[in-house]
Amino acid sequence: MTNLLTIAHVSKAYGSVVALDDVSIDIAANEFFALLGPSGCGKTTLLRAIAGFEDPDAGTITMTDNTPTANPPTTIDLLALPPNKRPVNLMFQSYALFPHMNVRTNIAYGLEREGLPAAEITQRVDEVLEIVALTDKATARPQQLSGGQKQRVALARAIVKRPKLLLLDEPLSALDRKVRAEMQIELKRLQHEVGITFVVVTHDQEEAMSMADRIAVMHEGRVQQVADPITLYSKPANVFVADFIGSGTLICGTVTASGFDALGTRLPAPTTTTTGSAVLLLRPENVTLTTDPHHAPLRGTVVETHFYGGSSTTSIAVPGLDAPVIASHAGAPTVHAGAEVGITWDPTGAVVIPG
Amino acid sequence: MTAARSASGRGAARRRALNARAIFAGPGLLFITLFMTIPVVLVLVYSFFQRGRFGGVVWEFTLENYARAFEPVYVNVFTESLLIAGTTTVLALLIGYPTAYAIARLPQKWRTIALVLVVLPFWTNFLIRTYAWIVLLNSEGLLNRALVDIGFISAPLGLLYTPGAVIVGLLYAYIPLVILPVYASVERLDRQLLEAASNLGASRARVFFDITLPLTLPGAMIGAIFVFVPSMGNFVVPELLGGGKTVMVGNLIRDQFLETRDWPFGAVLALFVIALLVLLFALQAYISRRINGRTARA
Amino acid sequence: MPSIGWLRLPLWFTYLFLYLPIAVLVVMSFNASKIPFVWTGFSTRWYGELAQNELVREGLINTLIVAIGATIVATILGTLLAIGIARYVRSAIVEAYSLAPAIIPDLVLAIGLLAFFSLIGVSLSLFSVLLSHVVFGMAFVAAVVIARLGQTDPSLEEASRDLGASAASTFVRITLPTLAPGIIAGALLVFTLSIDEFVIAFFTDGPSTPTLPIVIYSMVRFGVTPEINALATILLLVSFTIVISAQRITRLTDAV
Repeated sequence: MTNLLTIAHVSKAYGSVVALDDVSIDIAANEFFALLGPSGCGKTTLLRAIAGFEDPDAGTITMTDNTPTANPPTTIDLLALPPNKRPVNLMFQSYALFPHMNVRTNIAYGLEREGLPAAEITQRVDEVLEIVALTDKATARPQQLSGGQKQRVALARAIVKRPKLLLLDEPLSALDRKVRAEMQIELKRLQHEVGITFVVVTHDQEEAMSMADRIAVMHEGRVQQVADPITLYSKPANVFVADFIGSGTLICGTVTASGFDALGTRLPAPTTTTTGSAVLLLRPENVTLTTDPHHAPLRGTVVETHFYGGSSTTSIAVPGLDAPVIASHAGAPTVHAGAEVGITWDPTGAVVIPG
Repeated sequence: MTAARSASGRGAARRRALNARAIFAGPGLLFITLFMTIPVVLVLVYSFFQRGRFGGVVWEFTLENYARAFEPVYVNVFTESLLIAGTTTVLALLIGYPTAYAIARLPQKWRTIALVLVVLPFWTNFLIRTYAWIVLLNSEGLLNRALVDIGFISAPLGLLYTPGAVIVGLLYAYIPLVILPVYASVERLDRQLLEAASNLGASRARVFFDITLPLTLPGAMIGAIFVFVPSMGNFVVPELLGGGKTVMVGNLIRDQFLETRDWPFGAVLALFVIALLVLLFALQAYISRRINGRTARA
Repeated sequence: MPSIGWLRLPLWFTYLFLYLPIAVLVVMSFNASKIPFVWTGFSTRWYGELAQNELVREGLINTLIVAIGATIVATILGTLLAIGIARYVRSAIVEAYSLAPAIIPDLVLAIGLLAFFSLIGVSLSLFSVLLSHVVFGMAFVAAVVIARLGQTDPSLEEASRDLGASAASTFVRITLPTLAPGIIAGALLVFTLSIDEFVIAFFTDGPSTPTLPIVIYSMVRFGVTPEINALATILLLVSFTIVISAQRITRLTDAV
């Protein structure tokens, strides 16, 4: 796959607050890419820098046009262009639908700025209205629409421009839970249908994991890891990613030539090449409880159990660990609070993170 | 290869932002500086020079204008002005606060209408509003005739051309300026605070004095300043309703500029009014900070 | 908490206090008697005499010249200033500075302007009144438009840029239409304020071109005539109409 967008060494500070710190990311054509991180991690600043609403202090953002018509591929320096000249569109978190225009004029606005003939504008707006299933709302004002409908108008207004890259700023955060789940599927379907590269900013890891092909996890202005969802979950690059993605237990210890030592004992762990201090990550579904505490690598007391219908989780307090170990398994809880249990796991499913 | 172009792009973006700033805010700020700031500074400057013969100043430095302001005749005017403006302010609070409170407690759909009705007279000609009280208070006027007709008094009272008439006129002119800020602070008041207080056992009166009053005090003080300061500077009401018998600072300033043409002394008197305004605003800010600080800690 | 009936008593008292004098003026303007305080019968005679009053007519024309001019200039400058402050400068101090002309006592502004105009040799005329009215009028427009800007989503303008509109096109197609209710309301308020403004005009106007409030002032000072009642009634009607329309415009669009 070829790169569409290249973000290289981008930094941005507001006074003493560093929003972006030497960020480099490559995004491929037709990719569904997510920028994931807690609030204030710099993901929105990066998105706005791509769209042209923030000026980075350093670094470059370039876009490669490798459509068949552009032969050889040409490279566009995005930072040299004002926002209205960039082949990029942004779907705003607030949707930013113009309140004094109806749905049709909102969607047609961008095409009119391109100076397209009226007939073509009408045709393209009709097409996109059909795609987002809002043909019957064409003359409604934004104020008359539901949250989900507004979101679809905002999306239609952006994709009707046929940008090479569509940026989505927390696209689902204003929707209630049920609509959000529907729109996740809808966004994914649309991305395939229109063949546009999507870059979505979100703080919701489930949202990012379920929609994106690849995810960049950001924290304090830095990129922590760029990977596909499965790799992020199973091979987190550092403690922040391990902690931020999914749930699990982190055990600080030391890797020696012969194994992983922590809490004054040898724990089962995958073999690694580097030695030194490290953190062992146990995912809940990898943890098994035994009723024979004395023959398990760790033992503890059950604090509480939760039953979710199809599965349950158990929290076990282990002496020497600040947070309880979480175990999850299918079916109803098999132990009660207060019980002494042994904790075992599959060493190949655990992760050792140097740190 | 692109780095250089990016850098120039960034520079251009920054220049665009600066240009936008200058295009939008520039003309207005320039206008205000030219026609408010410089004139007010000029008043300050004039206060330190000797008077010209037909207005203006002779550019010889003096502090005499300030010394003159402390002569008994002027001190008396100041005292009387403070007394009248003070009485007006107290009355405005006594009437305005309960009114604002009542409006804030009206059902939502009535609030705007009630508020517009309070503000409406304020947007009409000030002279006309003052004139209305001449019609009402005149010895031949409605109030006197009504009082005589019901036998309450035997002969018309001299209501007009008294300090009382001046106070009523000022009150009439400025009372919306108390009601608006008080309304705003009562409206902003978190109802749950009041509910929490009564839930914790406070009576309705205690809730008012412990919660509502302290939290709406900054708004009431803003209102008080908006009544007090313009009252000091008003020269129309004392002239039309006080019949020239009540002289306030506003009348003195007007006379210094338009009659006796002693601009530097008029400037000194005006500076007293500004100093009073600044002082009162500072006091308001201090008290408001203390109250908010206390609630933040609580 | 349940509402209490007697809580509304002060409200009724205030309304009585505010509207009784106005009501008396309006009623008396239809009084046939020459003595403005004694009711002898219904007549529109004073409206007729008012129409014949040369001074009042001249004053009205002067006032309209000042009010229309000041409204146009103050609305343009005030709107630009509001956008500049809310979108580009973002400084509380600059905002306070811009709104200061609306708060500073009118007498202080009046004497300052008189001193300033005479220092730089501008002779007093309707033009100097107009300039003076623009100063505080601009502050009122800026205040209303800043409030409106606070209610609008700043990403609207970014969205327009993102969709390919130039800065100028965004200003005309997005910024102005969304601000229109605030701008219109601000303009109406400046117009009303300027029509009724007395103190500043009194100090900055030339002797040969009195504005209507200055004419009213000399009429009231030299005695009470029923013509003033008629004039007052008309002015009340004009002010009430303008202020209520301004109110309706802002509220109508807030609801949308």
